[in-house]
Amino acid sequence: MKNLDSVFAAYLIGWAIFFAYYLTVARRTAALREDIDRLKNSMGRGK
Amino acid sequence: MKKNAVGGAIVLLLLGAAAYGALYVAPTERTMGTIQRIFYLHVSSAWTGLTAFFVCFVANLLYVWRRQPRWDWLGVSAAEVGLAFTTVVLVTGPIWAHPVWGMWWTWDARLTSTFVLWLLYVAYLVLRTLVEEPDRRALVSALFGIFAFIDVPLVFGSIRWWRTQHPQPVVMGGNGSGLDPTMWRVTLFFWLAMLALMTLLMRARYGMEAMRGDLEVVRREVEAA
Repeated sequence: MKNLDSVFAAYLIGWAIFFAYYLTVARRTAALREDIDRLKNSMGRGK
Repeated sequence: MKKNAVGGAIVLLLLGAAAYGALYVAPTERTMGTIQRIFYLHVSSAWTGLTAFFVCFVANLLYVWRRQPRWDWLGVSAAEVGLAFTTVVLVTGPIWAHPVWGMWWTWDARLTSTFVLWLLYVAYLVLRTLVEEPDRRALVSALFGIFAFIDVPLVFGSIRWWRTQHPQPVVMGGNGSGLDPTMWRVTLFFWLAMLALMTLLMRARYGMEAMRGDLEVVRREVEAA
């Protein structure tokens, strides 16, 4: 099976790119949620 | 939350089945051998990336026409997801090319136009970070997105209009083009799985952008108070 390592490398890197992208979206969303909560809390204290 | 988990599980199952089909069900290609199995990931990612850029283009047009933030949110989500798929195309292409062509890269019309497409959508995302005011940012990036989409027909037509190192098209390629029926079925199934992944990623990214929109509204209220 010539070049099988290249095939697996391509699939592994491909899935890794999608997974890494999904992780960045999840992290950015969590950071935004924290910002919103912080802002809402500070508004609540101001009232 | 539960709905998202079910959607994620379905996409994972589809991707697993697609990879199994590409690696074990599809027949081995006669001239290239095993390395040709990269085709399924490479081509499906390319088609899905172009689909995402088309969604971005439509969202950009709708934003210019309607000026509703949701079209801006969809535009940026589709651009980012399209960029992820095009990155996979640009990475898997050279891995396939090296043993077959004896080189990682060549500046032929298909490879160059795809690389330019990737750069254009990177520029689209960079541009958004340079404009502070949300309405102006949305309009400027929508106009740039409409311009960037001009490269998509060039990518599609490059292997039809010019002589390239990149292989000729297997779909809509005229006489002599086409695929073995099993390869064709595996390709279509792989594309379906990638479209499901695109939808999942775009949904997550859209949710994030909507949240950012809400945050900007709350911030303005705080500043006004």
